[in-house]
Amino acid sequence: MLSYIGRRLLVSAPILVISSFLIFVLVAAAGDPLADLRGRNPPVPESVIQTRERLLWLNHPLPNRYWHWLTGIVRGDFGPSIKGVNVGSDLAHRMLVTGRMVALAMILAVLFAIVTGVISAVRQYSGIDYTFTFAGFLFLSMPVFWFAALLKEFLAIKLNDSLGRTVIYTIGDSTPDLSGNFFQRLPNYAGHLVLPTIALAAVTYASWSRYQRSAMLDVLGSDYIRLARAKGLSRRRVMVRHALRTALIPLTTIVAVDIGAILGGAVITETVFAWHGMGEMLIQSVTDQDVNRTLAWLMVAGVVVILFNLLADLLYAVLDPRIRYA
Amino acid sequence: MPDIDRDELSAPAPVHGTPTGAAPGGQPGIDVGRNPAGGAPLQEREFTVRVRTQREMVFRRFLSHRLAVGSLVVFVLLLLLSLVGGRFWRFSYADVIAGDYSLPPSLTHPMGTDGIGHDVFAQVLRGSQKSVQIALLVSLLSTVVGTVIGAVAGYYRGVVDNVLMRFVDLVLTVPLIAILAVLGARVSAKSGNWLIVALVLAGLLWAPISRIVRGLFLSLREKEYVEAARALGANDGRIIFRHLLPNALGSIIVNATVIVAVAILTETALSYLGLGVKRPDTSLGLLISDGQAAAQTRPWLFYFPGLFIILIALTVNFIGDGLRDAFDPTQTRVRA
Repeated sequence: MLSYIGRRLLVSAPILVISSFLIFVLVAAAGDPLADLRGRNPPVPESVIQTRERLLWLNHPLPNRYWHWLTGIVRGDFGPSIKGVNVGSDLAHRMLVTGRMVALAMILAVLFAIVTGVISAVRQYSGIDYTFTFAGFLFLSMPVFWFAALLKEFLAIKLNDSLGRTVIYTIGDSTPDLSGNFFQRLPNYAGHLVLPTIALAAVTYASWSRYQRSAMLDVLGSDYIRLARAKGLSRRRVMVRHALRTALIPLTTIVAVDIGAILGGAVITETVFAWHGMGEMLIQSVTDQDVNRTLAWLMVAGVVVILFNLLADLLYAVLDPRIRYA
Repeated sequence: MPDIDRDELSAPAPVHGTPTGAAPGGQPGIDVGRNPAGGAPLQEREFTVRVRTQREMVFRRFLSHRLAVGSLVVFVLLLLLSLVGGRFWRFSYADVIAGDYSLPPSLTHPMGTDGIGHDVFAQVLRGSQKSVQIALLVSLLSTVVGTVIGAVAGYYRGVVDNVLMRFVDLVLTVPLIAILAVLGARVSAKSGNWLIVALVLAGLLWAPISRIVRGLFLSLREKEYVEAARALGANDGRIIFRHLLPNALGSIIVNATVIVAVAILTETALSYLGLGVKRPDTSLGLLISDGQAAAQTRPWLFYFPGLFIILIALTVNFIGDGLRDAFDPTQTRVRA
């Protein structure tokens, strides 16, 4: 098992290196990242620009710059941003901000997908099945930024108006200059989290629910379920212990494979709600042509994707005892 | 596989348009109730039995899926409206109508106007034209590329498969949005050309398709009929194009449909973030980004572009669902 994990991670490392190189070339060759600094009025002193160039290694050829970046990454140094600040300085905070939204949204989406998928399958072709199916297709076709803005403008503002105070926040990940210990700050975080989490979970759960439905239908039609019922097991026990357990296997893979799409959705959701997380970092860094920040984002996202795929394979073995990794 | 239909019990034999005798593996012997020349039945028998081709069965199954057929009609109308509707509308998307600022929907402006005096309907038409053009092109390109790469990897296996699939891994490891953002920021700043946005999207969306096609080919190539074809001396090209591809076609078509919806949603999201289609041109994502701040006071600016995206993506998804059922040979609910 451990050697399997080790091998998988070893195979993934070159993929990360190659993709980082490709993105590096794309961003670094895009143009002069200091154009803004040079074009300023009143002009910035030449010495400042030269210092910045040296800091960013802009006076070196591309391969050297990449090698410099790569050796830095191995040591855990993400390098300076265009503005001269170390990229690693706010990375942890941003990861935490985005991470809590993504994690909550995924949990919510998985639970909702399982519940709606299973109910749809058990009550196939009933009114409730058609309702869930239609809702699923609707959210599958819904642009997350539109739905998020809808929630923001209508749900949150109406609710806050009717309560007479702000319970659900529509802007930011937390109120600036928030004080107090963690538990005093918690309601504020939660109030900011509600809408983005719902928006992200809603567009994510839809396809999972469809998978869960068809997986459950497959299982329900199989012989061993009929056998379990024939042996006199209760319907409930058969559904939960026999059918659901097997029907969860395809979902684990889908959830893991979709992590990239969820991160993409998170970038968009964050933009709608003006969060200062990884999404803002990506948008800022590509518009600034900031190589080091873009690559830092890419490394974090790439590692997350690879870890999730690994996790899915391991979970697969837990859920399906026939699979063994030597 | 020819299907024998016993629906038309002792009914006068209908005259069908497609000659069933041309079906692969068609059994003309069963086809007794029909006159090949299209005239009166040759002989009247109690059981009128007719062979249906695979294509006919798929078509009939699709037609019986009412939601999918309805969606197809709506989608074709939307397609026409967005691709050519802009030319016939009395305002152009770039027109600034002096005096008509922030008007709510009326007969002159069915979707109202924005603060500058643009007719929102004209803008939505223009935006959906771009979105639909991008989505169709992306679907076509990524399906062709993904099918070729997946077919080669799945059929030849070995080193070829390994190299191609590691390349697919590479594309799939990096979240789509990152590459799109990087490329989008690079290309759209210069040209704002929808064609480049489409190429960038297609350059990434082929990867999941190639995975699916590879999986299909891996299992199809082990089938007995492939062995039989090879024993008869068929070369690789014949096996791939005559035997494997037609059998994988259902899944490929369904995925091509799904990609249309994915492309619409991705393109509008990119444009919303300011990394896709740029001004002076417009896109549905861009319109929502503009209209969002006015959602409370001038909701028409926000609602209509969003509704168009949902309508296009929803109808495409329903068509895909209908096709999936229609191509599914184990589908028993609808009599084919």
